Amino acid sequence: MISEVAVVSGKGGTGKTTITAAFAALAKDIAIADCDVDAPDLHILLQPEIQFTDDFVASKVAVIDPDSCTMCGLCEEKCRYDAIHLPEIDRIACEGCGVCEYICPVGAIQMEDKVSGVVHTSTTRFGPMAHARLHAGEGNSGKIVTEVRKLAIQLAKRHAKNLVLIDGSPGIGCPVIATVTGVRLAIIVTEPTMSGIHDMERVLSLMHQFRVTPMVIVNKYDLNPDNTVMIEDYCHQEGIEVLGKIPFDPIMTKSMVAAKTLPEFAPDHPITETLEAMWRRIESRLSEVAGARS
Amino acid sequence: MIVTVASGKGGTGKTTVAVNLALSIGDAPIYDCDVEEPNVHVMLQPTELETREVQLPIPEVNRESCTLCGKCAEFCQFNAIFVGKNGVIVYPELCHSCGGCALVCPENAIAEVGHTVGQVHITEANGRRVVYGELTIGEPIATSVIKAVKNEVVGTEVSIIDAPPGTACPVIETMRDSDYLILVTEPTPFGLHDLKMTVDVVRELSIPFGVIVNKAGIGDDSVTEYCKGEGIPILMEIPFTRRIAELYSRGIPFVEELPEWRERFQQLFRAITEEVEHHDQ
Repeated sequence: MISEVAVVSGKGGTGKTTITAAFAALAKDIAIADCDVDAPDLHILLQPEIQFTDDFVASKVAVIDPDSCTMCGLCEEKCRYDAIHLPEIDRIACEGCGVCEYICPVGAIQMEDKVSGVVHTSTTRFGPMAHARLHAGEGNSGKIVTEVRKLAIQLAKRHAKNLVLIDGSPGIGCPVIATVTGVRLAIIVTEPTMSGIHDMERVLSLMHQFRVTPMVIVNKYDLNPDNTVMIEDYCHQEGIEVLGKIPFDPIMTKSMVAAKTLPEFAPDHPITETLEAMWRRIESRLSEVAGARS
Repeated sequence: MIVTVASGKGGTGKTTVAVNLALSIGDAPIYDCDVEEPNVHVMLQPTELETREVQLPIPEVNRESCTLCGKCAEFCQFNAIFVGKNGVIVYPELCHSCGGCALVCPENAIAEVGHTVGQVHITEANGRRVVYGELTIGEPIATSVIKAVKNEVVGTEVSIIDAPPGTACPVIETMRDSDYLILVTEPTPFGLHDLKMTVDVVRELSIPFGVIVNKAGIGDDSVTEYCKGEGIPILMEIPFTRRIAELYSRGIPFVEELPEWRERFQQLFRAITEEVEHHDQ
């Protein structure tokens, strides 16, 4: 049985990817999935060697033949996405529903496969990795996330790994829902700012709705110790485990600039030790959660 | 004139820039289109004037006239409608509200009813109009809530829009119709990588844009070098200081405590206005 752990945050820029990369360096026997398909950054630290690349087709797009179009305007009227301004169809606004093709009295519109992005499977120094890149302006981020998770599970099976570590995207919408659906454990990385707290509460509600067990990491906790206490109190009240706290330290950015994970860049640094303790706790919590489910 | 503040990477300081810019240039209204995680209201603590539900049409099947023929499910590209032996199940969160199922139903058994996906809050903070959208938790599709927020933008007045992070459809939806885009980034490899992705999108939209480097000093010079090489103007650098970070953590816009920044934002705004006028000619 392969388990999945997702790192998410609600608010962007709290340190998800830096922390995920550190966990990847500390973990043994994992496959890695970068599900932040909208702005993927994990590859900057893990430098995957791409083994396989494929176009990802998740939807259709309407294509109009201007020669047979009579400009009757029926499609324009029925399109709910304001994608049709005859004689043109906006490929970005089109969601591929097929209403225009159906309604066109002269068959001037056809639905064609639309490539939303590319998916990769790769090797890294910490294990196999699945990742993707959504083409600019595309929708379908949820579907491509689901595909990346599927590929990561396949990689884990093939390489006899029992855990997939997922780097998620910010927010609570489509890609985040696709990232956490069916996942047992989610690590929420927050920061002690009013916005960080607000966004954490929203992402925690989402975890609750999707029955994912959350654990919270407070990053840069010393930037506002009062707010950190507020986060800890909130989690305590809600019965959510605070996995730990990481102080603000320029070494985090320095390791990023060196394109290394923190445990590689600074193996003896206190934050590396903190991250090690967190990862051990994640592993033991994972077996508890897995036990409770089965 | 609509000025939209965006960034590929999250947490670079979009909201900080949007709020401090607005506070520096009079009473320009702010529209928060980061409807998954709106934060402008966290900083401005506005008074709620009105809340509007954002609804999308979803199918409702009349069981009396439905013959379970399955044409609706066959047509639906989003797997949002399932026809079984004994009835039809609609999955509202998968529905894209295209109306196709109602169109293809031979029995006219499908009507469309409103499904709430979020809210638009019309609020006010010290005489300033602040409008923010909030996607209902568990709803995947943010674009309709973003559209609803943008519908509140009034006429030709100067409006500041706070965009969601990323480069996918919600971001494009937000950027459309903007006169100028401020791209906020941080001087790190992540910041640079995501800035490049955003620049690719923005160039396709042909909207004039410039970059603000936030947290200047924390990383390296690669963002500055990239912008120079690409001929992208760097509008402002906001240094990383504990003071600014600490003010932000308390939800305080830093121009309130560091008034010298008001003048810098005013200068920046004058430069943007000139650029937009130049672009329009």
